[in-house]
Amino acid sequence: MNSQIIWTAFWTIVVKEVRRFTRIWVQTLVPPAITMTLYFIIFGNLVGSRIGEMGGYDYMQYIAPGLIMMSVITNSYGNVVSSFFGTKMQRHIEELLVAPVPNWVILAGYVIGGVTRGLMVGVIVTALSLFFTDLSLAHPLITIVIVFLTAVVFALGGFLNAMFANTFDDISIIPTFVLTPLTYLGGVFYSISMLPEFWQWVSQLNPILYMVNTFRYGVLGVSDIDVGFALGMIGLFVVVLSAIALHLLKIGRGIRS
Amino acid sequence: MDVALRISNLRKTYDNGFQALKGIDLEVRKGDFFALLGPNGAGKSTTLGIVTSLVNKSEGSVQVFDFDTDTHSTEAKLSMGIVPQEFNFNQFEKVLDIVVTQAGYYGIGRKQALERAEFYLKELGLWDKRDNISRMLSGGMKRRLMIARALVHDPKLLILDEPTAGVDIELRRSMWEFLRKINAAGTTIILTTHYLEEAESLCRTIAIIDKGEIVQNTSMKALLAQLNMETFVLDLAEDLTEAPEVGGLTARLSDPHTLEVDVPKESGLNDVFEHLNGAGIKVLSMRNKANRLEELFVSLVEQQKEGAA
Repeated sequence: MNSQIIWTAFWTIVVKEVRRFTRIWVQTLVPPAITMTLYFIIFGNLVGSRIGEMGGYDYMQYIAPGLIMMSVITNSYGNVVSSFFGTKMQRHIEELLVAPVPNWVILAGYVIGGVTRGLMVGVIVTALSLFFTDLSLAHPLITIVIVFLTAVVFALGGFLNAMFANTFDDISIIPTFVLTPLTYLGGVFYSISMLPEFWQWVSQLNPILYMVNTFRYGVLGVSDIDVGFALGMIGLFVVVLSAIALHLLKIGRGIRS
Repeated sequence: MDVALRISNLRKTYDNGFQALKGIDLEVRKGDFFALLGPNGAGKSTTLGIVTSLVNKSEGSVQVFDFDTDTHSTEAKLSMGIVPQEFNFNQFEKVLDIVVTQAGYYGIGRKQALERAEFYLKELGLWDKRDNISRMLSGGMKRRLMIARALVHDPKLLILDEPTAGVDIELRRSMWEFLRKINAAGTTIILTTHYLEEAESLCRTIAIIDKGEIVQNTSMKALLAQLNMETFVLDLAEDLTEAPEVGGLTARLSDPHTLEVDVPKESGLNDVFEHLNGAGIKVLSMRNKANRLEELFVSLVEQQKEGAA
């Protein structure tokens, strides 16, 4: 297939997606900034000053990478799930289905749209965190790779959620009952070394723990987990979730009769 | 024969077991203006959905300008544009953005996409509305927006699924003119419609589908030639209490001053007027009743029902 068609179609989807969330920036970019500022003030400043050090860093410094990652995760996921579900419900997915756009381009376009929002919010939250603490990059390359891969994984997750969803309830169930608990229990606010051995083992089944800790390793240089293993696991997630999403697009799950 | 669309043994059974298409075969010549008619639920939209990749087929094949939609879907998709029955664009996007974005999906760069969007939006009288949010448009404007969107990549085959549903008469006629113009310029057009007057006025070839089967596929001229009876409606100067005898023809009063007479094709109207003159009945005006195609359509569908029973 003509690479120019593929590239133009891909870029068109990405631009459309970015235009969508920037057009409604009050709903998409401002709320995470406000929420994370409150986390920094309450957990970082007020509560954190009584906690003292964690992992060799003051509590504010320790939770900052986790909060940045949390905002990247929720916004990458949220962007794709709401946008693609809206596309499906309003039936303008048909604009893509009748056009010569390969399924992998549709998937890549939506995922990069979600990744863009996740990274933009990540940059905003990082900038805000600098008002409360000092952050330096211990391992810049790992930081960039992990934040990008994490955004891709959750953008893919949002895409899958949207493909399976039939009602608006279906797109809020996963974020509420799966994503939020896993994020809060993923070592954003604490080191799993503080937990009893059994709960440390249980925590290691949580993929978000690996993402948060690898990011924290990139920023601070400390981690509860093996960074190489974490990167491999996240790469595997990208491959598996992409394969499932492409299969669903091929059979037209929820989008073709 | 140069064929724009070839459908062979197309079958579709939905998950609930409903058999929407029972192995239809259809050919549309290049440059034709083709009507696909049928009652609600006959299989028209399913057929077009399969052709345009919106519905998965159960069996059979579809070729668009000799490109199989399974093996050469890119070429097939580049060759056609679709105007669906229901509005399926982003209701929160601007008119211009909808058309330009669609062009992008076909690999058309932004500069060229803007030029084409301007051309078609002007052609369809929507250029002044280009910065409006699409949901603010009237129903007729939304239909025209979908036509502009379908044409932005200059397809050789345009498929319209009830394009004038809910559109007022004036606008409908202006859309007909536009469609005639692009057909004359070489675009093959396939149309489904419930307005049989529309099909009769625009189309040269017609297929009638009912219960997932093609029951008629011929030229409009040949189909209308099958009609051997026409009904004329006569407006009378004075009221009548009962229908007069009109030389053995069937005549009835639809109201005291309106007489309907069924006239076989081989008979002239002279006899009708002779009898009416003889009875001292003065006729103020006369018109052909309803649509000839409508009568044929109803009779074909009725025959199909009787055949099934």
